[in-house]
Amino acid sequence: MLTVFLVIGLSIIATIFLSLYRAIVGPGVFNRVAAVNVIGTKTIVLLVLIGYYFERPYFFDIALLYAMLNFIGTLVFAKYLEKGDLCS
Amino acid sequence: MFVIVDALVIVLLAGGTFFTVVGTIGLLRFPDFYTRLHATGKCDTLGEGLIILGAVVYHLFYYSESLLVPIKLLFLIFFIFIANPTATHAIVKAAYETGLKPWKPGEERR
Repeated sequence: MLTVFLVIGLSIIATIFLSLYRAIVGPGVFNRVAAVNVIGTKTIVLLVLIGYYFERPYFFDIALLYAMLNFIGTLVFAKYLEKGDLCS
Repeated sequence: MFVIVDALVIVLLAGGTFFTVVGTIGLLRFPDFYTRLHATGKCDTLGEGLIILGAVVYHLFYYSESLLVPIKLLFLIFFIFIANPTATHAIVKAAYETGLKPWKPGEERR
């Protein structure tokens, strides 16, 4: 059963690298912000799979924290790009 | 019993990986910013929800003595299902307010 978690985690890592292409090449800043948001959400799943593969339950707390940080970061980027200022 | 649970977990994880890979292909292949977020905003939410749901089922049958971790993972699914479409909507609204035009057929890819 651990092999299944390993294979799924490796395919998630492959999709993270494919999304990194859009984060590097993608024309304009919005494509890059969207790709970074997608990479962050994939990292949450990768942390859960790592927690099961190495049998460390502490990784789920890190996954929760990473979900909240990723959400707040994306919202802050969207507001900054829309208004040009954070406290207006 | 454990064979049935293993099959259910593998089906959930494989379905989640399928939706994640399809969303990533959409992020790479679509011609426009809005169409790219149309692909990833839904496929990633569903795929990651399915993968974490498979982890919840695995935990409930293999480590059934600790119930705090499945509650945490269910809260994580709930949070992803609320936060990911909201973040996508925020980026799309910011791009539309700053004047990024949607792509029409016949135009160049950008």
